Amino acid sequence: MSIEWIEQVLQLTVQMGTVYLIASLGEIYAERSGVLNLGLEGIMIMGAAISFIFTVAYNHLIAILVAAVVGILMSLILAVMTVHLRLNQVIVGLALTLLGIGLSGVITSPGIREKILLTLNPNLPEKMLTIQQAEKLLEIPIPLLSQIPILGRALFNHNVLVYFSLITAFSMWFILFKTRAGLVIRSVGENPSMADTLGVNVFLVRYITVIISGLFASLAGAYFFIGFHPFWREGVTAGRGFIAIALVILATWNPLRAILGAYLFGGIETLQYRLQLLGLGAQSPYFLAMLPYIITIIALILISTESLRKKIGAPASLGIPYSREE
Amino acid sequence: MEELLHLKGIVKKFPGVVANDNVDFTLRKGEIHALLGENGAGKTTLMNIVYGLYKPDAGEIYVEGKRVEIRSPRDAIKLGIGMVHQNFKLIPSHTVMENIILGLKDVGFVINRKKVGEEIRKLSEQYGWRIDPYVYVWQLSAGEKQQVELLKILYRKAKILILDEPTSVLTPQECRNLFHALRKMAEEGIGIIFITHKLEEALSISDRITVMRKGKIVATKNAWETSIEELTNYMIGRPVLFKLDKNKTDSSEDFILIRNLKAYGDTGALALKNVNLTIRKNEILGIIGVTGNGQQELAEVLAGLRKAIDGQVLIDGMNILNYSPLKLIELGVAYIPPEPIKYGIAPNLTIRDNLFLKAYRYKPYSSRIFINLREVEKKAEEIIRRFNVVCPNTSIKARSLSGGNIQRLILARELSELINGWKPRFIIAAYPTKGLDISAAEFVNRTLIDYSKTGSSILYITEDIEEAMMVCDRIAVMYDGRIMGVFKPGEVSIEKIGLMMAGAETLTTS
Repeated sequence: MSIEWIEQVLQLTVQMGTVYLIASLGEIYAERSGVLNLGLEGIMIMGAAISFIFTVAYNHLIAILVAAVVGILMSLILAVMTVHLRLNQVIVGLALTLLGIGLSGVITSPGIREKILLTLNPNLPEKMLTIQQAEKLLEIPIPLLSQIPILGRALFNHNVLVYFSLITAFSMWFILFKTRAGLVIRSVGENPSMADTLGVNVFLVRYITVIISGLFASLAGAYFFIGFHPFWREGVTAGRGFIAIALVILATWNPLRAILGAYLFGGIETLQYRLQLLGLGAQSPYFLAMLPYIITIIALILISTESLRKKIGAPASLGIPYSREE
Repeated sequence: MEELLHLKGIVKKFPGVVANDNVDFTLRKGEIHALLGENGAGKTTLMNIVYGLYKPDAGEIYVEGKRVEIRSPRDAIKLGIGMVHQNFKLIPSHTVMENIILGLKDVGFVINRKKVGEEIRKLSEQYGWRIDPYVYVWQLSAGEKQQVELLKILYRKAKILILDEPTSVLTPQECRNLFHALRKMAEEGIGIIFITHKLEEALSISDRITVMRKGKIVATKNAWETSIEELTNYMIGRPVLFKLDKNKTDSSEDFILIRNLKAYGDTGALALKNVNLTIRKNEILGIIGVTGNGQQELAEVLAGLRKAIDGQVLIDGMNILNYSPLKLIELGVAYIPPEPIKYGIAPNLTIRDNLFLKAYRYKPYSSRIFINLREVEKKAEEIIRRFNVVCPNTSIKARSLSGGNIQRLILARELSELINGWKPRFIIAAYPTKGLDISAAEFVNRTLIDYSKTGSSILYITEDIEEAMMVCDRIAVMYDGRIMGVFKPGEVSIEKIGLMMAGAETLTTS
């Protein structure tokens, strides 16, 4: 194991972890305000599919912007259903996931994708219509800092979305715990009726946080595809949205802890591939591969148990719709 | 005197009931105005309308002479109205300061903790309270939580203060402190509306008293020109006997022994730390204390619904600790749970089904497999009549009954001899009259006393000291999972009881 190898593993760890980080940041806000967005996986894969199509048709910037809009629209479905109509958040979330997985498969299936691409950009060369991959986002090394041995490459040699995720994590932490807006979000998640009696618009706050969660989930999908793994196949996100939800719990709804958790998951996944290349763990490559999913299942069991939820400090009204007259 | 608030012809209908029927009400500057009435009289509904939580169907609201529309709490706050709800609206995992400033605009986008904290501290000192703005709300006592609720309103410089049953969770001392602070606020010109169903309280704290009954205002009186008797008459439409006829021979035979009982609460903390109690034959033993000091857990352990980790519960010398509920029922243990609608009935089943939830297992109501409907029907009619459950027939859903009738139904199920040869030897009654109107409460208490005369031992949990004095033969005070002392009604002063409830004093005799 050379320095080179370690540097590479660390860099990939951060890149992989960024998928989880972006998605979980939005989810933290939604859950802090009391809404469980289980549709993360569906929105994420739609973000990936959209970024695939629009990168091929136009460029990265448009791809990211359209993915963001799609994420917002999808989360609006969840907001209307769960905040307004007060339907069960788990069921609506899972439905949204199924919708996203199905829809992403439809719009990327060869015939339909060709039609979409031609409508978007009639001048597209023929071979671009059937291509299964897209151009990857460029890495922008930060001058000087990226020259630091080992850490330089791990932290300061990435594409723009990785930097964005780190800066966002810090600002989201600051907003959540130090500002009035954060206090409002946390209070709505703990006791919406109390917030209501103090003149806080509970519905508006929950709409906003759900939209944030959708926006970030879709960005996470876009990042995953054009920033990390630009080769399309159906179901390409492979349950990473659910892992991000588990991460929110492990991070105890704290954006800064989410950074650590995201890189931990990213590291496990990276090692799984890298160790195989080295011939290590070749006998049981599935063990590391299943680890994130096992942690996810355990974390989801944790928040489903009332008394455990209290102990790990889940927002008290997480998953419970609010209505004034009851 | 200047009128702060004037309600004119307020009407609010809920499906099936008129909660407020053409209500007029005024609040003057600097007065404490008690809004008196039984549960369900429409007091809270009226105040929720003033606070913008409900929309009235008709009527006008004037604040300081100006006609206003109050569509949400936000509007109410802007008009200088503040409300302390019966169940505290506080977030335990947030600090005092965070609870107080929620929703306020002028604390800075990045919250200026130092400045705001200092302001809160000063405000709290003004009323003789010592509230640290930086501690978490879960660390506070019930009395302190209420002070935080009041600070929330005072910090917003409210002119109209509404308190909904503020004393139900307080010890007598805490009550006195509260009254003291409220007087001070009134002197400063704040108008205070004090919702209560306790007559003595209304008389002792307020300047004027308005009585509501069945959604209507019955009378508004100056406190100094009225009396308990007159107010009762207004409140329930007839005079009530405040003395229950206990008239029975004291028994000295110990029947139930609870020794060193320990059990965990829901949060995983020890809720029963070491409970020792003796209940004699034919005796009603009261348990009083501030809610949340282990009373509920004690009732659940005794009813077999919660596992104890240590100790003994002896009925007639037999240790029944951690027996299953079914086994306990067969041994003659009856449990009247708190919050009847939540824990006492299956709301969507019929009255008959609810009545026979326990007895279905036994002959003659069922063979091994089938239910003998004819027997059930016959017996149900009889029992329903005996326990005064008012209903058109026994096949309607239990949820359609009023609170008082639901409690009568539960008493019927738990106490009557549905099962051949079964008699309640030990009755656990957890807050059996909470939320009931006076006549229903009277019925419950009378029934329990009757059963105690015919051989049942009763554990009677309540938060109403007066009621405990009236009903019980002996009273135990519970604090922090322990019994602070046991005494006979009248043996110990209210002040001393208050200190025991706050954990400041114990009693070793009796």
